[in-house]
Amino acid sequence: VRSDLAAAIATNRFGLGARPGELDAAAADPRGWLLAQVRAPYVAPPELAGLAPSHEVLASFLEARETREAARRALSERYAEPGSAAPGGTAAGGAAAKRGAASSDDAGAKDDATAGQRDPVAEIAQGVRQTLLPHHVAQVAARTRLALTTPAPFRERLVHFWSNHFAVSVDKPICLGLAGAMENEAIRPNVTGNFADLLLAVERHPAMIVYLDNQRSVGPGSKLGERAARRSAAQGARVGINENLAREILELHTLGVDGGYSQQDVTTFARVITGWSIGGGRGRLAEGTPGAFTFRENLHEPGAKTVLGRHYSQTGEAQGVAVLKDLARHPSTARHLATKLARHFVADEPPPALVDRLARAYTKHDGALVPVYDALVTSDEAWREPPAKFKTPQDFAFSALRAFDAVPKEPRLLLAPFELMGQPQFRPGSPAGWPDRAQDWDGADALMKRIEWSVALAARLGESRAALDAAASALGGYAGESLRTALARAASGSQALALLVMSPEFQRR
Amino acid sequence: MSMNGGSRTSRRAFLGLGLRAGAALALATSLPGVTFAATGTGDRRFVVVILRGALDGLSFVPPHGDPDYANVRGAIAIARPGATDGALPLDGTFGLHPALSGVHALYAQRQLLPIHAVATPYRERSHFDGQNVLENGGEHPSGSASGWLNRALAARGATGTNGLAIGQNVPLILRGDAPVGSWAPSALPDVEPELITRLRDLYSNDALLSARLDEATKLGALAAEDGAGGMDAGKAMLRGGNVERLKAVADAAGRMLAAADGPRVAVMDASGWDTHANEGGANGQLAGRLRGLDAALLALKGGLGDAWSKSVVLVCTEFGRTVAINGTRGTDHGTGAAALLLGGAVNGGRVLADWPGLAERARYDGRDLKPTLDLRAVAKGVLRDHVGLGSRGLDAVFPGAERLAPTADLVRA
Repeated sequence: VRSDLAAAIATNRFGLGARPGELDAAAADPRGWLLAQVRAPYVAPPELAGLAPSHEVLASFLEARETREAARRALSERYAEPGSAAPGGTAAGGAAAKRGAASSDDAGAKDDATAGQRDPVAEIAQGVRQTLLPHHVAQVAARTRLALTTPAPFRERLVHFWSNHFAVSVDKPICLGLAGAMENEAIRPNVTGNFADLLLAVERHPAMIVYLDNQRSVGPGSKLGERAARRSAAQGARVGINENLAREILELHTLGVDGGYSQQDVTTFARVITGWSIGGGRGRLAEGTPGAFTFRENLHEPGAKTVLGRHYSQTGEAQGVAVLKDLARHPSTARHLATKLARHFVADEPPPALVDRLARAYTKHDGALVPVYDALVTSDEAWREPPAKFKTPQDFAFSALRAFDAVPKEPRLLLAPFELMGQPQFRPGSPAGWPDRAQDWDGADALMKRIEWSVALAARLGESRAALDAAASALGGYAGESLRTALARAASGSQALALLVMSPEFQRR
Repeated sequence: MSMNGGSRTSRRAFLGLGLRAGAALALATSLPGVTFAATGTGDRRFVVVILRGALDGLSFVPPHGDPDYANVRGAIAIARPGATDGALPLDGTFGLHPALSGVHALYAQRQLLPIHAVATPYRERSHFDGQNVLENGGEHPSGSASGWLNRALAARGATGTNGLAIGQNVPLILRGDAPVGSWAPSALPDVEPELITRLRDLYSNDALLSARLDEATKLGALAAEDGAGGMDAGKAMLRGGNVERLKAVADAAGRMLAAADGPRVAVMDASGWDTHANEGGANGQLAGRLRGLDAALLALKGGLGDAWSKSVVLVCTEFGRTVAINGTRGTDHGTGAAALLLGGAVNGGRVLADWPGLAERARYDGRDLKPTLDLRAVAKGVLRDHVGLGSRGLDAVFPGAERLAPTADLVRA
């Protein structure tokens, strides 16, 4: 690779886009500059100090839910009186109130059900959302500030990569405030450790437990399951497993969809992790620290089980831990993770030799991640040009703001670009996370949204930021003659800034 | 904002757009080679609505007449028509979820055709692979970079951009060789035409970006022409909750499809159907989302206006959910699903289903509704009888399904 391009590749492809001066810092030894970031011991970034930890976020949610349920019960009693009109003059309001009183469950998921109807019940549900939203905003703002200023952007990109691999989406309202907490508590400390530790930290994090519905998954042979079975004939109450988390661990987090598991493996693994829950609750469920991961023995399906042909005779929580450790070591997991990493850093269809090399490094080092990053950074395929990756909206917004060393002060401005350009942070909408191929991001309308945002950004930056200087400090050798000419001929300084960030050179990494 | 007030607000906002629309239109007409509906697609409209996350067909189109239904669904079963919160009546076996009252009104007008026990060829239970199969029109999740609806446009031999993705990006179903556009409302001001011209110069050696820029300007002009473009209209559309947004965007999509020079095929999608916990029955989580879907489909109809009579809308999902409820008052990933065809051109007023029953021995893998109809046969029927594809075209659209007969009589003669 040409020496004048290596620093630009290091900072843009592996990092989050060069800030002024960063190309110089990376120029002497671009590979060394990257590897130093992942070999350094983990230190919690000071930018993240002061954010509420997950158990506090979740406890505040549980508390708000209690308040809401009490208010719903009061409403329900009021409107259940003969002759009284339901709120808003419709029958729906009264019915919704009764529904709320009958249910003590997952409040968040119901918020959307009542959206758009102005009735007191909806407003109470909205109150729960309002409890959590400030946590979410604070987390995204802090994460964005960190991404815009960090001197270790390769490490930060890896944090984003793993956070997306283990996606928790806040379109499920209970995850507001939890998704960001999971990144900081489970992902950051383990990004340069061993994948098995990362996996265990994530699957036992309250955010993942509630996102994929495991907190009330009940083994039919567990204490609670058997008790419910005895009573179900009379009351019609059913309890049982929920296979959502087990399936996504196998499909998305470890083996991959073609990794060689069956429906039977999904169902059995779901039984293995019954009891992986969160603390708090009422009555018989009142155990553990409210809002923290809690293994609930009375929900756990007892007995030895077989997953992927392996026999697990451990009891309790240890059984799930043993399965996860084996999943982390599985060759399908090595290949799945290697493919995703190579796709993220190198090309939508990554070179097979590169994928093989990363998978071998993973297996040889028993899941240690730094040797995998090392193999990536020292592979020639990873430094090929021209840049093959079309930036995602997150890549684009981070790199454009970094190019001008622009760190908006208002949280609103820190969140807005991602909303406008269709990639709101922590809201991929599914546990698969955001897709990582150009075809998912290169729509005509998506391009227009980028242009519109670039114009708004340029207007905010003002005329004083010289586009030619920024082109040199952000793109280095990639700022060619034709781009420089176009910038020099722009109608205004602000138009030149918009042209720079919308240039083909800036849109790829 | 109330459910009824939203669309009126948007319409008021649309009226203020005359000048902006004119400027954008002038720009677009100066572009070579970007036109909608230039030839070949006629005036038939076909819209596919993808409900991502696996919509529970047994609540969407509840088989209340099935002897096992009420028992196996327990707390989330939809009651028979006539009962409190009961299903909306279709026939002796099937009803429609009570939240779908607007769509249900089309049944009596014979413009609604519910379809049950239908599935793509996919028989595993991954959302993402299931959606790939639904969209690529093949039998396997990977190996096809194009979508069946794009291949249908190509097979129709139309010139110009006839396909529209409602959203910033193009989903797999509409990716491929035939040019397609994408559109979503914007909360930011329009871009000066002069900057667009300079970007076009900057992109002259970049095939991808120059093609996308051309499509975007054309679409922007069309949206402005139909009152859906520009910041004010965009902000109005983006206001409110998810339901409001879906409704406003569906209305705008309908207008763009209705335009004389507008697209003829469009795709919309909506997520949030993955009801693993607390799904609810006649009321609750799923009911709320179905109410939103009902409003959006009616808004699409409203936007289409007179063109509704020439329209077919296919509402589908990647697969169904388990017959029995799980331990958390929800349902897990299943197989057989329900779908809807609606539109003025649909031969409706009946339910299309070869019902396998819900008894355990009748289920797929002992847990899921057994599919008895291939969704591709339905799509083939619409493409043949509504869009006008011949058998060679259909084979190109659904490779590997040459021997699968198109379902007949889905659209009015």
